[in-house]
Amino acid sequence: MRWLNYFRSSQRNTARTAKERLQVIIAHERQGAAGAPDYLPRLQREILEVVRRYAEVSERDVKVEVEREDGYEVLALSVALPEETTHALR
Amino acid sequence: MSKIIVVTSGKGGVGKTTTSAAVATGLAHRGHKTAVIDFDIGLRNLDLVMGCERRVVYDFVNVIRDEARLNQALIKDKRVDNLYILPASQTRDKDALTKEGVQAVLDELDQQGFEFVVCDSPAGIEHGAHMALYFADEAFVVTNPEVSSVRDSDRILGILQSRSKRAEEGLEPVREHLIVTRYEPTRVDRGDMLSVEDILDILAIPLLGVVPECKSVLQASNAGVPVVLDEVGRAGQAYKDIVGRYLGENIPQRFLQPEKKPLFKRLFG
Repeated sequence: MRWLNYFRSSQRNTARTAKERLQVIIAHERQGAAGAPDYLPRLQREILEVVRRYAEVSERDVKVEVEREDGYEVLALSVALPEETTHALR
Repeated sequence: MSKIIVVTSGKGGVGKTTTSAAVATGLAHRGHKTAVIDFDIGLRNLDLVMGCERRVVYDFVNVIRDEARLNQALIKDKRVDNLYILPASQTRDKDALTKEGVQAVLDELDQQGFEFVVCDSPAGIEHGAHMALYFADEAFVVTNPEVSSVRDSDRILGILQSRSKRAEEGLEPVREHLIVTRYEPTRVDRGDMLSVEDILDILAIPLLGVVPECKSVLQASNAGVPVVLDEVGRAGQAYKDIVGRYLGENIPQRFLQPEKKPLFKRLFG
């Protein structure tokens, strides 16, 4: 009874949903592929090892981030040192 | 230098082998000496689609391993002049393809005066797919109007832009072309299927052509005849247009609108 379809025009537009979902996930994946080299976790671990020779820090105190702006990349490392060690190092 | 075209998609089952066979046959039909290589090691299928499965003696890996000469492995098509098929091997050793080996085969094809080499990529983003796209000058990205296919095509585009020889050596980038297959304009009109415009918005590469969903594709592969040789079917015509456009002809896009059916067929068909 295909002619019945003519009266069922108020169906949801799933193509639009598909497009919106794709735009979100692909934007996210492109950013991921461009902004996070796969050596980052290892780099983070090794930096932590070096820092630990001098101060007591936990895994959570090291942050590694890569930002990409047109043409160049910035690798930002931040290590939060505990209070007393900060004094000692000065 | 021969032009190296990779037919790729990321996702499986979207029509890479059908497209490789059709494009290679179309190019040869137009008088260009063309080779089509099956890179799907272990899952050889281009030979079936091209209808030469019973003529395979040596394969791509035999040539790379110096077990056969290229001329022994190349199968000359019986229907179309200037068309040669290099079948994949059925070995399970996925690393049988080496960069040096593939390079040597492509160099020899070039010396033999091949104008076009069409590389039929396996699905996925593993070694075989990487080897198929590595040396490419041009990429035909085959996409179905469906979310997983579009997403995988985007992944493959990323790999073309970062891991191809052209990318690694900082040469002019691989030229990318979109081929949308299994397109159904009636479903697009109903809002049930992504439109070509939607896909172009997301992937942002130039459209080479749209192949409509068509019975003739399965019939052609059943018979082992590249669908482009089917003069009647819409898919065959679409591939003919695609080859023409690729060769620089100004052919307007077709198959974007629903086929006009008689009223009777529309209501009761």
